[in-house]
Amino acid sequence: MSKLDLNRREMPKQSPEIRKSNFNEVAFGYTKELAVAEASRCLQCKKPRCVEGCPVDINIPGFIKCIVNSEFTGAIRVIKEKNCLPAVCGRVCPQEEQCESKCVLLKQGAPIAIGRLERFAAEMEVAREKFELPEKNPPTGKKVAVIGSGPAGITVAGDLIMLGHEVTIFEALHAAGGVLTYGIPEFRLPKKVVNREMEYIQRLGVKLITNFVVGKTRSLQTLLKQYDAVFVGTGAGLPWFMNIAGENYNGCYSANEFLTRMNLMKGYQFPNSFTPIIRHKKIAIIGGGNVAMDCARTALRLGAKESYIVYRRSEAELPARLEEYENAVEEGVIFHFLTLPVKLTADQSGWVKEMECLKMKLGEPDASGRRRPIPIDNSNFTMPIDGYVVAIGNSPNPLIPSTTPELEVSKKGTIVADLETGKTSMDRVWAGGDIVTGAATVILAMGAGKKAARSMHEYLMKN
Amino acid sequence: MFEVIQKEMIVPNLHLLTIKAPEVASQIEPGQFVIVRSHQDAERIPLSVADWDREQGTVTMIFMVVGKSTARLARLNNGDNIPTLVGPLGKPTVIENFGTVMCIGGCYGIGSIYPVIRKLKEKGNEIITVVEARSSYLLYWLDKLGKLSKKIKIITRDGSFGIKGHINCLTEIMEKEKITPDRIIVNGCTYLLSKSSADLRSLNVPIVVSLNPIMIDGTGMCGVCRVTVDGNTKFACVDGPDFDGRLVDWTELFQRRKQYMNEEAQLVHSSGCGGGHE
Ligand SMILES: Cc1cc2nc3c(=O)[nH]c(=O)nc-3n(C[C@H](O)[C@H](O)[C@H](O)COP(=O)(O)OP(=O)(O)OC[C@H]3O[C@@H](n4cnc5c(N)ncnc54)[C@H](O)[C@@H]3O)c2cc1C
Ligand SMILES: Cc1cc2nc3c(=O)[nH]c(=O)nc-3n(C[C@H](O)[C@H](O)[C@H](O)COP(=O)(O)OP(=O)(O)OC[C@H]3O[C@@H](n4cnc5c(N)ncnc54)[C@H](O)[C@@H]3O)c2cc1C
Ligand code: SF4
Ligand code: SF4
Ligand code: FES
Repeated sequence: MSKLDLNRREMPKQSPEIRKSNFNEVAFGYTKELAVAEASRCLQCKKPRCVEGCPVDINIPGFIKCIVNSEFTGAIRVIKEKNCLPAVCGRVCPQEEQCESKCVLLKQGAPIAIGRLERFAAEMEVAREKFELPEKNPPTGKKVAVIGSGPAGITVAGDLIMLGHEVTIFEALHAAGGVLTYGIPEFRLPKKVVNREMEYIQRLGVKLITNFVVGKTRSLQTLLKQYDAVFVGTGAGLPWFMNIAGENYNGCYSANEFLTRMNLMKGYQFPNSFTPIIRHKKIAIIGGGNVAMDCARTALRLGAKESYIVYRRSEAELPARLEEYENAVEEGVIFHFLTLPVKLTADQSGWVKEMECLKMKLGEPDASGRRRPIPIDNSNFTMPIDGYVVAIGNSPNPLIPSTTPELEVSKKGTIVADLETGKTSMDRVWAGGDIVTGAATVILAMGAGKKAARSMHEYLMKN
Repeated sequence: MFEVIQKEMIVPNLHLLTIKAPEVASQIEPGQFVIVRSHQDAERIPLSVADWDREQGTVTMIFMVVGKSTARLARLNNGDNIPTLVGPLGKPTVIENFGTVMCIGGCYGIGSIYPVIRKLKEKGNEIITVVEARSSYLLYWLDKLGKLSKKIKIITRDGSFGIKGHINCLTEIMEKEKITPDRIIVNGCTYLLSKSSADLRSLNVPIVVSLNPIMIDGTGMCGVCRVTVDGNTKFACVDGPDFDGRLVDWTELFQRRKQYMNEEAQLVHSSGCGGGHE
């Protein structure tokens, strides 16, 4: 065998200087040549560790081999056996913690860029213009309602329609896709990618009803009279605030509001769109995850001179995807680690103007295994700001649980569901994704959807 | 898509909009609202429901043209389709047999208080209705409201109809007419809500106000609609829109409502509110 190729191929990107003033996707994606070169580095391990790292068990060496041989249709077919949203996952999975973290080449510092190859395979399929519709199972006559059109709901709908059931998705907003549509910004996940996936499952026969809030427009109990089974994939949409003084001043947002204005309501096109946005000059984003990175980078693109990430732990504990952190640094986001906001002050007309913070130090590891941040006495200092965004997490949306007393929920407000099957305490009701786990990842939501679909199918065929 | 059954200007700058939405019509209760969008890419705007017909499957809203999105809504014609009407959102107004209830409406609130009064009456309450407008030509639905009310008082600022004055002559009217309500319900612009709450708090009865902060999703997802009530942050779209006006932080609410004023001005600007919006 030839010598190991340890040259992990970079994906061409827009340069930081240019991209920080537009909303186009940061990465261009691999060319065929780059993809084949990267794929050719894979050792085609007999016992591929990488697969263990993927929550949906994609046959990774299998699809990579197809790319090596320039069989791009074959590659996407292998991926789609397990993952119906490769264009999304290839872009947003935290690969360095999942598939790539298990690749044998990690020890040499050059794991195979599995995510980038997955993304490439998905784009090649689109480039063929008309992608083939797979053969569906014959109709079973069973009807399924899916609540929420995020990755969990899309997965359940896609799997069950293939198995011959009739599927209807109910979505509260006017556009489908969940966080993929209203949360993750255009420059990281172009909306056309999400729309393509939604169109695909609709072409398979899934019915999509938007502008429909289950629990308000119709109750879950009523849905159960009309459908044989129901899946709840309503996500974690209730924003947390810091609960510090001044958070209701003007110029203060939840990450959900900030990103929804930009994405779902197309605020970045304002004043050519209808939903107004404010262009802040110095904005502080509180938090250290993907959501915080997305807000900070969005703010830069809207013309902020200074966009800060204020995080109470240190760089080592940042929960964001590595690639997004690096992108944020390149674009000029300013990081204030070990810093905790404690109070906001406003000008006379109620606009935020200053943020008071405390310096922190790291103590012993806490329940999450990360070192606990401890405030340093008398370390208070202030930062002048004109915008403030809280991106410290979301709780599950209580709308359905609060109107469905039969549905068991945990103290945290998540729906209690069996992790292997997605079954809830309510007969004929399954749940999965962020509504069960609390805010997590796209691929975990999809994984939960897969398991629920399997269990629902089993039930439907028996009854 | 949702069909426009009727679009009509009922008084200058106030429009009535009836939309076919059978599911929403079948569920709606007094005090709830819907979110509409007039066309693709439009802003989502919350509107209280002023009436509905469960059999015909329609809901009716009354809205005032204040900015670009409401101006677009005003341009709709019968038979047009709009891409979004979602609801019913928010909690219904609490309606029991309270005894005597004073209902105050101004601007679009003259319409949205109508179903509240209708249900109050069904529950056996005595209703005293107060309607406020800048001038007689801005009054509507007086006969509908009058039929359900024991008394109806009309205030116009120019005195062209009813009592000449402003909402701040409420206390005077009440003393003169010896009105002692067990509960007060107010619908209309923020100024009317806050002024009524301030002037009537000495009566020591609940003053239920239907708040109208800026909203986006209307389902508790974004938090833009937050208001401080009794020292706690509430999301008006899911915890309200009704709150006790005696406990609302009005200064904050007025400030928050103005957040996008400069930006909205870039879009268009027209007209003021009948309630004397500052
Ligand atoms: C800004 C941001 C960036 C992120 N970045 C990443 C990333 O880089 N990588 C990654 O893996 N993960 C990321 N995540 C997390 C990931 O997006 C979520 O874990 C995932 O979307 C959860 O999927 P879901 O299907 O459970 O719910 P969601 O995507 O939240 O979808 C739920 C849907 O249900 C709808 N709904 C809610 N209530 C009702 C109701 N009563 N009736 C009808 N419909 C209802 C909602 O409107 C929504 O459309 C990010 C999240 C955010 C917010
Ligand atoms: C729960 C709820 C129920 C509502 N019900 C109704 C209703 O039944 N009928 C109705 O007409 N409106 C109602 N509103 C207000 C309505 O949603 C807004 O008027 C509308 O969103 C304005 O959109 P726009 O783009 O036309 O104006 P914008 O461009 O958003 O606003 C233009 C300017 O007018 C000001 N403004 C906004 N709203 C009002 C107002 N109501 N009165 C005076 N000035 C205002 C703004 O501060 C801004 O400066 C309700 C709001 C809420 C939250
Ligand atoms: S779905 Fe995610 S974890 Fe699985 S192989 Fe693709 S990028 Fe890796
Ligand atoms: S572990 Fe790495 S080298 Fe081995 S098959 Fe998976 S991707 Fe290829
Ligand atoms: S409007 Fe978004 S939370 Fe109320």
